Amino acid sequence: MAGSRVGFPYTSRSRIEDSQLRANLRSATTAIREKRGRVVAEKADWEDLRLKGEQIRREVLSNLDSYLVKLESSVEKVGGVVHWAVDASEANQIVFSLVRQHGESEVVKVKSLTTDEMGLNEYLSQHGVMAHETDLAELIIQLAHDKPSHILVPAIHKNRSEIRDLFQRTISKGTSLSDDPAVLAEASRLYLRQKFLSAKIAVSGVNFAVAETGTICVVESEGNGRMCLTLPKVLISVMGIEKIVPTLDDLAVFLELLPRSSTGERMNPYTSLWSGVHKGDGPEEFHLVIMDNRRSAVLADPVGRQTLHCIRCSACLNVCPVYERSGGHAYDSVYPGPIGAILSPQLFDSESSKSLPWASTLCGACYEVCPVRINIPQVLVHLREKVLAEGHQSRSERFQFAILSAVLSSGARFDLALWVISRLRFLIDRFPSSGSLPGLVGKWTEARELPELPKETFRVWWRRSRGH
Amino acid sequence: MTRSVSLFVSCFNDTLYPNTARAANVVLKSLGVSVQFPERQTCCGQIHVNTGYASMAVPLVRNFVNTFSGAEEIVAISGSCTAMLREHYQELANRTNDVNLISKTSELVPRVFEFSEYLTDVLGVSDVGATYPHRVSYHPTCHSLRSLHIYESAIKLLSAVRGLQLVDLAYAEQCCGFGGTFSVKNSPMSTAILADKVANIVSAKVEAVVALDNSCLMHISGALKRNNTGVSVMHVAEVLAHGLKGGA
Repeated sequence: MAGSRVGFPYTSRSRIEDSQLRANLRSATTAIREKRGRVVAEKADWEDLRLKGEQIRREVLSNLDSYLVKLESSVEKVGGVVHWAVDASEANQIVFSLVRQHGESEVVKVKSLTTDEMGLNEYLSQHGVMAHETDLAELIIQLAHDKPSHILVPAIHKNRSEIRDLFQRTISKGTSLSDDPAVLAEASRLYLRQKFLSAKIAVSGVNFAVAETGTICVVESEGNGRMCLTLPKVLISVMGIEKIVPTLDDLAVFLELLPRSSTGERMNPYTSLWSGVHKGDGPEEFHLVIMDNRRSAVLADPVGRQTLHCIRCSACLNVCPVYERSGGHAYDSVYPGPIGAILSPQLFDSESSKSLPWASTLCGACYEVCPVRINIPQVLVHLREKVLAEGHQSRSERFQFAILSAVLSSGARFDLALWVISRLRFLIDRFPSSGSLPGLVGKWTEARELPELPKETFRVWWRRSRGH
Repeated sequence: MTRSVSLFVSCFNDTLYPNTARAANVVLKSLGVSVQFPERQTCCGQIHVNTGYASMAVPLVRNFVNTFSGAEEIVAISGSCTAMLREHYQELANRTNDVNLISKTSELVPRVFEFSEYLTDVLGVSDVGATYPHRVSYHPTCHSLRSLHIYESAIKLLSAVRGLQLVDLAYAEQCCGFGGTFSVKNSPMSTAILADKVANIVSAKVEAVVALDNSCLMHISGALKRNNTGVSVMHVAEVLAHGLKGGA
């Protein structure tokens, strides 16, 4: 993959040097990280909650087949319609055909990663349907023809003066705006209010679906979700098969874990729960689209399956030293950061996604904050092996590691190799300590000095002195 | 009865940082522990596992287990190698279906200790009697902090060193950007992370940065030297050997 024009080493390079991006990301991730730290420290039983969250997710994934059937029957019992989609393309077709049945050409949307994963907006637009994003950051991304760069804060890479300029070019044409956040929020409110009131169809994702009651839960911070979920006549919600919780009591555990982990808040500002349809109250039609899109293949991998525990809080992004310096776009996926580095290569085929398991120092900060205890470093290492075994590898690297393995698997061979090196020492000593050196050593010395070679190895010293 | 430990120095320290291994030997002996160095030892296999060649680490696991299975207690002077042993060895041994290797591995792994952890948790020592009158910051390496959870051990030991002034390092718990082959596969990212670590070290105005992993220290030192900061790096074992008989 070295020298390739796809993959994380390539896509992250220019972003590392972008000082504006770096400053935006550093201040945003540092602020969320510190806020999270404070509200988590308030909970004496935080580790128990994490264990509980992990246990519920594991129980659901171990018995997903029966929970899915249970969810279907519970949703139908309360008047919802359930649709099954094997992949993104089927899910897109289902949503589009529902929109077409109602003769609509516009829908309003609540921020949803699952529909981003499907490429729903692009699909609808190709078929003549405009999907309006109503979350402020998603609206900014849509107006700028940009892509989200953070799971929770999609426009984290943009600062407020960039947003002011964008609004003046688009939704607030002809008005002069300041870069005061309240002014910018008001401008979006004026624009979005009309969309909420005129739309007949809303499309949302699903944070949690309660199998026992058929209740769907969407959490958001701006109230735009509440508008979308209650005003339009038809509501279409799309979920991955893994988003199930068994009961409402189990849901309570995640409503504690999620806001503290994601926004550093004690309670989520808008938590919408609904079960089917109710005459005269909210949407008249409710459709739930349940999509696999390779999740069942992830489930089949005993190490990889914990990836599906994820509740999309994004705490792992905010503590990741790599994400903080690359931003989300470098991951070239809907799912950036540490969770994206393990989810993307399991869900997608792209060459770029196969470079992501190496986009980590394995520092473990992600695992430490994960509210459902996904051992991200463990999955990263597992996927490195899996991706190489699938054939995404360099033969020369493999050869070097095979030689190394042969030498290091025997004390006698290691001794011999060290003896040979000690004989060649006069050559090594002629190496310049920096400057243009070949291969991996050259990569090292771009910004770092090499260590000095000691005059003898420990084993030689030990044999000479017997440890005295 | 004299305790006897077998030192696992790791390939990295054996070849590049023999002084750390010699210092560990001095400290352990000064505490009345008999030290062995099983000479067939090589490498724990971490570089293979972390780069994606786990199956090639299996013969290294076999060599390690055969070399150390007779040892009472094994002391490793690298946090990340200790983490490798604890997190991956059993799974790698299980791959062989060799019942003998599998059971020897499960008996061996619980007898492996990281150096500072061995001193504080097994020997119950916090003051080894060392003297090192310098300003020092401790960098808790990722594996020692988040895999082994042994932050307190090093702090306890360093705090007891005569004359040593332990200076807080800002954002100490953040990674230095090394990550093994990450440092060359994603070299610009690795050095961008390193630049922040170095800036924090310089702000702490210390003479040395100490840690439990020479691999991270080699990375940090590479930039400290390149930028002519004058700050040196040192393994905790070397600090603890200062002022002891046979130590520096």
